[in-house]
Amino acid sequence: MRLDLLPRARPSPWLDLLSPALAFLAAVLIGGVAVAALGVSPVQAFVTYFVAPLSELWSIQEVALKAAPLALIATGLAFCYRANLWNIGAEGQFVVGGLAGGCVAIATQGSQGFGSQGFTGWILPAMLAAGTLAGIAFAMIPALLRVKLGVSEILTSLMLVYVAQLLLDYMVRGPLRDPNGFNFPQSVSFDDAARLPALFEGESLHAGVPIALFGIGLGALVLARTLFGFEVRAVGASPRAAGFAGFSDARLTLGVFAISGGAAGLAGICEVAGRIGQLQPEISPGYGFTAIIVAFLGRLSPPGILLAALVIALTTIGGEGAQIDLKLPLDLTRAFQGLLLGLVLGADVLTRYHVRLVPGGPAAKAAS
Amino acid sequence: MSFDIVQMVLVTVLTAATPLILAAIGELVAERAGVLNLGVEGMMVLGAAMGFAVATQTGSTLLGACGGVGAGLLLAALFGLLTVGLAANQVASGLALTILGLGLSGLVGAGYVGMKRDPAPHLHLPVLSDLPVVGPLLFGHDAFVYAAAFLVAGVWWFLWRSRAGLSLRAIGDDHTATHALGLKVRKVRFLAVLFGGACAGLAGAYLSLAYTPFWSPGMTAGRGWIALALVVFASWQPVRVAAGALLFGGATVLQLHAQAAGLGLPGQLLSAVPYLATILALVALSLGRRQGGSSAPAALGRVFAPSR
Amino acid sequence: MDATVAHAPRGGPTPLFGAYGIVKRFGAFTANDGIDLEIRAGEVHALLGENGAGKSTLMKILYGLLEPTEGVVTHRGDIVRLANPDAARALGIGMVFQHFSLCENLTVAENIALVMPPALRGRALTERIAGLGRDYGLHLDPARPVWSLSAGERQRIEIVRCLLQDPKLVILDEPTSVLTPGEAEALFTVLERLRDEGRALLYISHRLDEVRRLCTRATILRGGRVVGTCDPQAETARSLAALMVGTQVREVRPKANRPRSADRLVVDHLTLPAPGLHATPLRDLSLTVAEGEILGIAGIAGNGQAELFDALSGERRAPNPEAVRLDGRPAGTLGINARRRLGAAFVPEERNGHAAAPGMSLSENALLSRHATAPLSRFGLLRLGAARDLARRIIEAFDVRKAGPDPAAGTLSGGNLQKFVVGREILAEPGILVINQPTWGVDAAAAAHIRQAVLDLAGRGCAVLVISQDLDELFEVADSIAVLHAGALSSPVPTSQTSRAAVGLLMGGAGEAEAHAPIAAAPADALAAVS
Repeated sequence: MRLDLLPRARPSPWLDLLSPALAFLAAVLIGGVAVAALGVSPVQAFVTYFVAPLSELWSIQEVALKAAPLALIATGLAFCYRANLWNIGAEGQFVVGGLAGGCVAIATQGSQGFGSQGFTGWILPAMLAAGTLAGIAFAMIPALLRVKLGVSEILTSLMLVYVAQLLLDYMVRGPLRDPNGFNFPQSVSFDDAARLPALFEGESLHAGVPIALFGIGLGALVLARTLFGFEVRAVGASPRAAGFAGFSDARLTLGVFAISGGAAGLAGICEVAGRIGQLQPEISPGYGFTAIIVAFLGRLSPPGILLAALVIALTTIGGEGAQIDLKLPLDLTRAFQGLLLGLVLGADVLTRYHVRLVPGGPAAKAAS
Repeated sequence: MSFDIVQMVLVTVLTAATPLILAAIGELVAERAGVLNLGVEGMMVLGAAMGFAVATQTGSTLLGACGGVGAGLLLAALFGLLTVGLAANQVASGLALTILGLGLSGLVGAGYVGMKRDPAPHLHLPVLSDLPVVGPLLFGHDAFVYAAAFLVAGVWWFLWRSRAGLSLRAIGDDHTATHALGLKVRKVRFLAVLFGGACAGLAGAYLSLAYTPFWSPGMTAGRGWIALALVVFASWQPVRVAAGALLFGGATVLQLHAQAAGLGLPGQLLSAVPYLATILALVALSLGRRQGGSSAPAALGRVFAPSR
Repeated sequence: MDATVAHAPRGGPTPLFGAYGIVKRFGAFTANDGIDLEIRAGEVHALLGENGAGKSTLMKILYGLLEPTEGVVTHRGDIVRLANPDAARALGIGMVFQHFSLCENLTVAENIALVMPPALRGRALTERIAGLGRDYGLHLDPARPVWSLSAGERQRIEIVRCLLQDPKLVILDEPTSVLTPGEAEALFTVLERLRDEGRALLYISHRLDEVRRLCTRATILRGGRVVGTCDPQAETARSLAALMVGTQVREVRPKANRPRSADRLVVDHLTLPAPGLHATPLRDLSLTVAEGEILGIAGIAGNGQAELFDALSGERRAPNPEAVRLDGRPAGTLGINARRRLGAAFVPEERNGHAAAPGMSLSENALLSRHATAPLSRFGLLRLGAARDLARRIIEAFDVRKAGPDPAAGTLSGGNLQKFVVGREILAEPGILVINQPTWGVDAAAAAHIRQAVLDLAGRGCAVLVISQDLDELFEVADSIAVLHAGALSSPVPTSQTSRAAVGLLMGGAGEAEAHAPIAAAPADALAAVS
């Protein structure tokens, strides 16, 4: 038996929309079978995973808080992936962004602010800027190595994730440790001026969500409506034609790495200044890696990414609910997410190729 | 430092290096065929869970190891179907595999958290194992360590001495040319991916059956990623993979001892050394490439979809 | 003169290999149209023809890479089926490809071992390679990696790989296209030796001097048909060229003699090394195109056309600014958009993936080459409405047929997409237009439309450089013609003062003196062969 792929003369637009939906359906079906095998009603599990989180205010907020960084990072990554550049170190850029922004918060700890009024409103913007810039700077390492020396960005960006995590670990155990923290590896808790404010009194939803939405909107605008976004799309669609358009490869590489690093760094400092409120050894539950799934699930377009981030966040929050209510293990969620991405990537082939199964046998082999 | 301590340290280094060697040697074969599988961590961790589960159920370490290998094969087959069969993106598919493997391992291992078994038996040869110094260092290990050594030698022989290995290297170098010559590009790549999965599964099984004989979620702790780095660091040479793994394993052990000894260096810096060394190795490789040729398989990570 | 009509009955012994009535269709396109070919042991048989004449298709059929739509292949008089290269190799057919199938990072010996039976390896293989090297003068160091070898050395690997299988027929596809003259001479010695051993060689080329030196029989293809067979050693380069290029004459627009006006495009001693193994270096190339003038560049593909285009467009930069001047301003080191801002426009040969991105819409493709010169963006923001307007204007002016309001470029037919990309540049009203293969693979109506548009543009004062392999096209539109051969350009000659035969001779690599001297003497003998 042989699998033949014949490139389609023109991409099929309706398959483009249908294939992720089919992949999602298939993943839900397989997930349903797995749940049934664990002795739980698949219908009940479906409700717990996909419906229950949307039925209560607190869990809707949780979904939004999880989806926001994922969608923001994934939007940045979409620029890279569209240009056929593989930044898989968003996790590291996230961590460095959180660390740099956190340093600003710690340095201004207890500051009385400017003037007689004690203006401390500059601290938060400075933190966000520091986080974004640190993310950009960290992403420049693989980008420059690629542009200047031709080093594969895949492995360098990945290796730097661990360097970033170890750097954060060192900082919170060393120089940034709270001196009155009973030797716990964490920094002081940030002042209120260094925290992202809650959107509604007493609720968990904080200003990081609108910031992320703004970033995603900006990303969508840049990708669809600016010359730079056009450049990114052109390089991805046809590198030679992009050269004919006069677009420079090196500038593009640096540009998309800056965007993805900046988005990850901003997401990092929003997480630190929002939910966590201090620096600690772990500031990310793998957002930078999950965002890669989100980027591909969303087919590298910002609206799709937003939708995909909500789905992933929903299953994560739903998974927590399922653990409590149905005694379903959390790992089921992770397996589901991995399966979903695999199926989406597989289904993607349908849009690019005619897939044909050729029955095997000696005659068929001789003809191949 | 006494003789015993040196000997103990060396043995520790060897056991720390074994899972890295096992996983990296498999990935090396896949990459030599031109397939970049970033899912090593996922295959490894599922191998650890499955290996422990099977060994506990059957009471046999050997069957446990087979279970680990089987788990790695299963995930690798999925990856091969996606990337080799359906020409899907290798980077994204590898990450999907990692996440899937981590999730599945949690499911498989859920019932086994907190259980303990005896570690895989160490070899004991009547005279040889009792030799001073050489004995414990060379003749007193469990079967995994010898499997790793055997695999390094076997892969070296396969790649550099056999016709099949030559075909595999050629396919990793240029899939268009080899396809034109009539070589079975996709079949060879699929088999190479399977081999990589089997090795990663075995590496995982070593962790849960011999290194620390219990299952805990996420117990691979990034070793799959280090194995990936190691392949690059070793510039796709089997013997250098072994040497590199010993170096990386040594760094791990050194870090533990340095912390115990209260040395000034932060432990995190030592932990970061493997990653930084890999980046430096990549830079050195690309500087070398400027004179022509390339030590990396030229078709690595590139999608191949034959038109007929 | 031994030229005979192809379909005439032929005497002589049973040929080693024969191909009779070969037809190969790709959809509506007929690449081979009833070709007969006989190859005898101990002869070097030339297959001559321009690009697109059907040489490659026939060669692939003989090597089992393609199966003919109609017709049969025979081996010693028996009909055989060549389903795949293995079947061809089993019959003793070997092939030396123009583009080598070699793995760069493997050694010479490894590349050869790849297609040998597994038993032949190590020392034994090295000795066989060394033995062949001694016998034929094909010296190779088995331990060297391929990336470190020259094109000639790489070809030797291909030949050794072929000879180790002891072939009865060796097919060589443009074997000298990547070789230096010295390497080519060494190759000829090997080929003569193979012929003397009683092997048959099918030598595919468009280089007339080589064919005359080496081959005792030639089959000449044009438009997928055999137009003649002859003994090239009994022919002149001129008569061969006439056969190859054809002598049909079409209506040529009478040209008004314009007074010589300002030079708009000047190339001044441009020399560029080859950008890759299969590329051609540009050798001390100079040309001038004046206001309102159309200069045609003739030549067979692979003689530097793509390299010249890239150097003119700025996709590849020249070492010094003065090498290319646009309206008097030095532009050699400028990029493509800077050159566009100086009033130049470019149409590359390849529509899909170079001139246009097939997956992008027509309005986005309008942006592709016009974003730097048309008001299509403001402060980095795209004006998509303006881009759509521009696309609509192009579509209307050039009668581009398409489905839907703004479809992807890849959904257009070849002719319509070509009209779109040509229209995109012409609507910019450039002062200088460089256009490579303007009507390659385009239907007759669209081709006429494009040529007329180019003529009209020149009439408005634009300096136009047309690079084309289609001599009919050049004779129709160009004021003067120069020939690009092996990266060097002949001096331009007014179209009215030259002939297809003379240009064809230059395309085959003959010297200029030889080509232009006896223009008056029409090649009557060659014409006889065609009829």
